[in-house]
Amino acid sequence: MGLKEKLHTFRIKNQDKKWFPVFSGFHTFLFTPNETTHNGTHIKGADDLKRTMNTVVMSLVPCLIFGMFNTGYQHYLALGEIEPVANGFFSAGFWAMDNFLLGLWKVLPLVIVSYGVGLAIEFLFCVIKKHEIEEGYLVTGMLVPLIVPVDLPLWMLAVAVAFGVVIGKEVFGGTGMNILNPALTIRAFLFFAYPTWMSGDKVWVHGAVDTAGTADAISGETVLGFLAQGRTAEMGYSLSDMFFGFIPGSIGETSTLLILLGGLFLVFSKIASWRIMLSAVLGALAMGLIFNSVVDAGWIPEYSKFYTLMSFEYWQHLLVGGLAFGIVFMATDPVTGSQTNQGKWIYGFLIGFLSVMIRVFNPGYPEGVFLAILLMNVFAPTIDHYVVRGNIKKRLKRLKTATIYPKASDEVDALKTETA
Amino acid sequence: MSKDIRIKKGLNINLVGAAEQTTSKAVLSNVYALNLDDFHGITPKMLVKQGEEVKAGEPLFYNKNKEEMHFVSPVSGELVEVVRGARRRILTLKVLADKTQQYVQNKVPDLDAADAATIKTFLLQCGGWPFIKQRPFDVIADPDVTPKAIFISGYTSAPLAAEVNYVLRGKEQELQAAIMALSKLTPGKIHVTIGQTGISPFTDLEGIELHRISGPHPAGLVGTQINSIDPVNKGESVWTISPQDLVMLGELLLTGKFNAERTIALAGSVIKSPQYYTTKIGAEISTFLYASGVKEDRFRLINGDVLTGTRTNTEGYLGFYNNTVTAIPEGDDYELFGWNKPVFNKISTTRALTFSWLQPKKKYDLNTNTNGEHRAFVVTGQYEEVFPLDIYPLQLLKACMVKDLDEMEQLGLYEVAPEDFALTEFVCISKQPHQQIIREGLDLLQKELG
Repeated sequence: MGLKEKLHTFRIKNQDKKWFPVFSGFHTFLFTPNETTHNGTHIKGADDLKRTMNTVVMSLVPCLIFGMFNTGYQHYLALGEIEPVANGFFSAGFWAMDNFLLGLWKVLPLVIVSYGVGLAIEFLFCVIKKHEIEEGYLVTGMLVPLIVPVDLPLWMLAVAVAFGVVIGKEVFGGTGMNILNPALTIRAFLFFAYPTWMSGDKVWVHGAVDTAGTADAISGETVLGFLAQGRTAEMGYSLSDMFFGFIPGSIGETSTLLILLGGLFLVFSKIASWRIMLSAVLGALAMGLIFNSVVDAGWIPEYSKFYTLMSFEYWQHLLVGGLAFGIVFMATDPVTGSQTNQGKWIYGFLIGFLSVMIRVFNPGYPEGVFLAILLMNVFAPTIDHYVVRGNIKKRLKRLKTATIYPKASDEVDALKTETA
Repeated sequence: MSKDIRIKKGLNINLVGAAEQTTSKAVLSNVYALNLDDFHGITPKMLVKQGEEVKAGEPLFYNKNKEEMHFVSPVSGELVEVVRGARRRILTLKVLADKTQQYVQNKVPDLDAADAATIKTFLLQCGGWPFIKQRPFDVIADPDVTPKAIFISGYTSAPLAAEVNYVLRGKEQELQAAIMALSKLTPGKIHVTIGQTGISPFTDLEGIELHRISGPHPAGLVGTQINSIDPVNKGESVWTISPQDLVMLGELLLTGKFNAERTIALAGSVIKSPQYYTTKIGAEISTFLYASGVKEDRFRLINGDVLTGTRTNTEGYLGFYNNTVTAIPEGDDYELFGWNKPVFNKISTTRALTFSWLQPKKKYDLNTNTNGEHRAFVVTGQYEEVFPLDIYPLQLLKACMVKDLDEMEQLGLYEVAPEDFALTEFVCISKQPHQQIIREGLDLLQKELG
């Protein structure tokens, strides 16, 4: 008897057990189930939710691996053990085994904690509610380690994941029902609960926290950090550094190139909405242009604390911070985003627009993407409401020209009353 | 003069096993059956007792809410069985056919002189009425109502469905008679939509508004055509009738006899030699199924096409409205890593390691596997790609699920039938039962509005 038959017999035998959803979750990972259609369409398309989620996870893997290399690279660079690379994306100094091993050592625990805690809670809720394990957390669990600083203590991550999954998702009814993007809820929780671990110049490079105050102290400021403090002169990152991702930042967000490739893959595979991505980029560019022209018009004096960020070349906003990552992987979450095609244009545009606005005007923490997306998550149903209203209005307008004939029985009744 | 309609959104599902255009006469069936589920929302009241003899065209039962509406026997013979289900609900009526068929001879009205009332009474009495369906609600038309227009689709786009132009060949006379009669029932137009190419028997008919449509499935669905020609508003009513049923009406109006004969397509990858058969409504499917032969023992037999048909089995009977019987393989087997490995042998609208986009013309042999488990709605924008109606499909489905009557009305539930949601159901990643959701929504709306 093969594995397939063994699992099938086991499945049939244990259908009424409390832990059945958990077994089923693993079983369906190995084999797509033997379920057949009943009535309705007798054939079904090839895709299921697992395939969809898996596609997103696949598009995230390059960012994850790059993040591991970058962790090591930034660490050794800050220690002064290696020189900055300058030979393009495939510089040997960056793709060194040492860099990778350190990154793997630091990043893998974050991935394990993120998936471990998150999935445990998912399983628990599925057992309690007796429904199938849905695949939503596969993507969330992958996103979370990519949007946190590398030295984040694991217990903090665990607490945040627990909060995010329970409050951000399960209380609304699980996958497909949540209002806020769970991964961003987790990040927002971390940011407001442990702000010292989420911003400043001590968190972005591995080792900076431990060595703070000692003679060997290292630090790593993000590009946005430099800009917010007006220390552009010290920055020393070239445009190609920013585009390729050789800069400090959250683990997966730095390489605009790989994010772009992941985004193109998602658009090509029709999993993520190109409307949201494109309009978000347009929104960010628009806001950047507005700031640039305000500076050009001379309305902002150079000593203003917003001056550096506002005069930052508008399109370069897309290369730094988490903007690109947010646009490609977070804003396109279909559950929390706008659901209508027109709505997606508005939703995406406002995300880009607000991200750059918050980024510039937020003095404490120079990144606005996650706040902008969470804000627009809240407004997405409203946007959809007005888009759908448009369709309803059209229908109501048509109603005025409706040709409704009286019922035959009404005519007979009318005739009766007339003759009477 | 014809008007052109172009449908852009949609999906052609090319399947293996299309019926070859040759027609054989099916062996005579011993028993003919009417499946009461075919008449959605009708409460039957029997007119004939079990064991009594009926002629072909003699009423078996009437609609409890509309006593004039008769449902007649397709053949002459003895009513041998009344199959009942829970709470003694009648499920199936079986008639054992006589060797020589006797027909009820109805008095034919003069088509030129007859008024609406005469035509209605004739059709209701002689069993022709149930062929006429109405929107809203996708049920048998209410004879009390005057429709604003009547729609007929003369175009086939559903996978493996009987090709209208082929089965209607040479039936112009019957079609013309039926259209003349129907034109008395509405002050509006009779819209007939045919394909851009092909020889349609409708081309030269009088009294119709001819449209030509092109594009992928669901271009051939009457719902798609209504939506682009003259959508249904609240309070309005339109009637629809399938072209083959139109032929039956025509013959009934010309000869006064209810002739249940029709040409059907037997198709699907399981069938050895898929082709057309002439048989009668309610005939045993086995009378023609085995004439074409089947390739395997276990398969799904469908009364209708693969998207909208109802499940039946080898002991089943041809449905009242069906002109297609499809047999496809059952898919009740596990598939190792079916959710992440590249897929070449199934149809998908995405490109997530699914490669049907590479070969749009390829014919597929799909089975009944759901290819994944039922989930909450997650993905968006997917239905819109295959849904050409000016309606928000996801929002309407959700309104039906939460039973929000106002939303259902406002979002256009009046305009749709479950079959319009067959394609969205096919592509649905969350494997939600769209047609069932819409059907329940329609039933609820009809119940609440009376």
